[in-house]
Amino acid sequence: MYRYDEFDHKLVAERARQFRRQVKRRLSGELTEDQFKPLRLMNGLYMQLHAYMLRVNVPYGSLSSRQLRKFAHIARTYDRDFGHFTTRQNIQYNWIKLEDVPDILEELAEVEVTAIQSSGNCVRNITSDHYAGRARDELADPRVYAELLRQYTILNPEFSYLPRKFKIALTGSPRDRAAVALHDIGLRMHRNEAGETGFEVLVGGGQGRTPFIAHTIREWLAPEHLLSYVESILRVYNMYGRRDNIHKARIKIIVNQMGIDRYRELVEADWEQIRDSVLKVPQAEVDRINAYFKPPEYECLADIPDELNDVRARIPEFDQWMSANVAEHRVPGYSIVNVSLKAPGLPPGDMTADTMDAVADLADRYSLDEIRVNHRQNLSFVDVRQLDLFTLWKELKLLDLATPNIQTVSDIICCPGLDYCNLANSRSIPIAQDLSRHFVDVDHLALVGDFTINISGCMNACGHHHVGNIGILGVNKRGKEYFQLTLGGSSDENASLGDRLGRALPQDEVPAAVETIVDTYLAIRLDGERFLDTYRRAGIAPFREAVYNPVQARAVA
Amino acid sequence: MALLKNNALIDDPFADATGRETIPASGPVLVDLEQWQTHREHLLQRTEPFGVKLRSDQPPELIAEDLHSIALIALEFPVFRDGRAYSYARLLRGQYGYGGEIRAVGDVHLEQLHFMERTGFDAFELESDDPLGDMQIASADFDVWYQPAADGRLSAVQLRHRAD
Repeated sequence: MYRYDEFDHKLVAERARQFRRQVKRRLSGELTEDQFKPLRLMNGLYMQLHAYMLRVNVPYGSLSSRQLRKFAHIARTYDRDFGHFTTRQNIQYNWIKLEDVPDILEELAEVEVTAIQSSGNCVRNITSDHYAGRARDELADPRVYAELLRQYTILNPEFSYLPRKFKIALTGSPRDRAAVALHDIGLRMHRNEAGETGFEVLVGGGQGRTPFIAHTIREWLAPEHLLSYVESILRVYNMYGRRDNIHKARIKIIVNQMGIDRYRELVEADWEQIRDSVLKVPQAEVDRINAYFKPPEYECLADIPDELNDVRARIPEFDQWMSANVAEHRVPGYSIVNVSLKAPGLPPGDMTADTMDAVADLADRYSLDEIRVNHRQNLSFVDVRQLDLFTLWKELKLLDLATPNIQTVSDIICCPGLDYCNLANSRSIPIAQDLSRHFVDVDHLALVGDFTINISGCMNACGHHHVGNIGILGVNKRGKEYFQLTLGGSSDENASLGDRLGRALPQDEVPAAVETIVDTYLAIRLDGERFLDTYRRAGIAPFREAVYNPVQARAVA
Repeated sequence: MALLKNNALIDDPFADATGRETIPASGPVLVDLEQWQTHREHLLQRTEPFGVKLRSDQPPELIAEDLHSIALIALEFPVFRDGRAYSYARLLRGQYGYGGEIRAVGDVHLEQLHFMERTGFDAFELESDDPLGDMQIASADFDVWYQPAADGRLSAVQLRHRAD
């Protein structure tokens, strides 16, 4: 993992000291709430329905056990004993007092964690593939570039008051686990014809009330030009992005208004002026950062399919968990273990302080001290010896963290909704809880297979409903909560936005509608088809019929 | 309004003619873009320095051809969260090589000064009871910077790999 050097430590300490002053000026009335708002947002502090919410960055989702213990301590000392892992690979605390925040930031700085720019109209936490450095299909480790971008964007004097928030994601694998096409800038590593590794640069993707899949602005960019090219994209956005309407201020709007070709022209013209400037990334800096990401000292082990199969045959529950939650590792004898934060009936992504401590202990014992947070609101242990899988499973089961449902119907992304958020139209956590209680039969989960359900409590789409295989959007009709379903969304390397299924449904009809969709898929799928494949082949009609005209649909069948 | 330049409070030598029907017959003067476009020939012939004020929706390329004749460019922040002028200042100092005064005007407060200074502003019309004190506070906040900007300060990357 990356470790701070003297410069990083100093900057973070200075930033915490600066915010202490800003809070003092706010509390004394020197700063109005209006003036204080952008300052507190750039330190991760939101005003929610009931209290301040503090969002703490987990850079590109990578967390040490020591940092997770600190998160537990913060939850215990300053909040109500829990935290919430988000789709930006961050953690949020929902019950924070303003006057405690400077102390919290100083405590976090001790373990090299910050809340800098986790909110505000600036570049937010850089996200990446949570399997980075471990995935078997990976071409190159994106974390070194994520770290370069993290540093470049932190307290960037030119880009701290952008028209709107700005999100960057990277992947080094052809299999996109970082949703790069749904970001303001997406970076996908690949080889050019000469065999050199570089970035495909995408721009203008995003969700919210006007979702767009990103356009490719440059097919291939040499890594040494990463910062200058990102600077040019940001500069053009800062100058030309719309500021007349907050709902039209994201880069996706201006890119689609002026067209990607015109946007590219502006970026390339600016970039010509700066590409060979001091922004060129020195190889020595790449090497310095890369040293932190060099693979750990793995033991010389072999894969042990026979031993594992033996246990799997004896214990079906373990077998189900192996199938759903364990992924291939690039090193023989090791596996990646996904820790499900989606046990039936629990709010997705929530974790108590005690559980955080317990997970930190497991990471120490079974995963070389490291934990990853992923954008589907689960955690991953990325270096587990296959010899330890069975023991680790038993430990996770005791903590209710072994639900075998990763990438299944009950692995639901969900925003905080009206339980916390002052933007929401509806609650969203109860829908997720209903669904996760509805789909508890793990054999059924396995039968249904690869599936994503994403729930947002309003059209700001924090729960990524546009890119869920099933998306569920909370709307408010005549003062009552209804839920609009969409089908066919995906955030992977073949990203797509969901299509509206039909009229919005009341809360109590949602689980049955989802079940009908799932059953319809099971009835019409061809061999080997995921839900998404069936949907793309058969279209929305059979699902729409089944949900809205059940009698007719049954008669035809 | 206090004008802060080179860590000192000064009287503004430029008469503010922006938005007026006529511009003074002589003396250093600040005009807006429309006035500049109307009176360009006249202003270029005057012997006293003059400045042009740009609104946040008026990028510097609109005056790019005449930058060498313009002594002062005032960039407006209509509200503090409108950050366009940070890029305008960067472009002026960088791509355009502009060496004259770049003044921040409008909704300008302590908490923005550091970023303004880094992007190339060297004069500030500051809304404050204690502008000099504000500048001191803002300057003391940081002495590590993660990225190069227009102020010539070395970034952490440059310092890490400085030839010994």
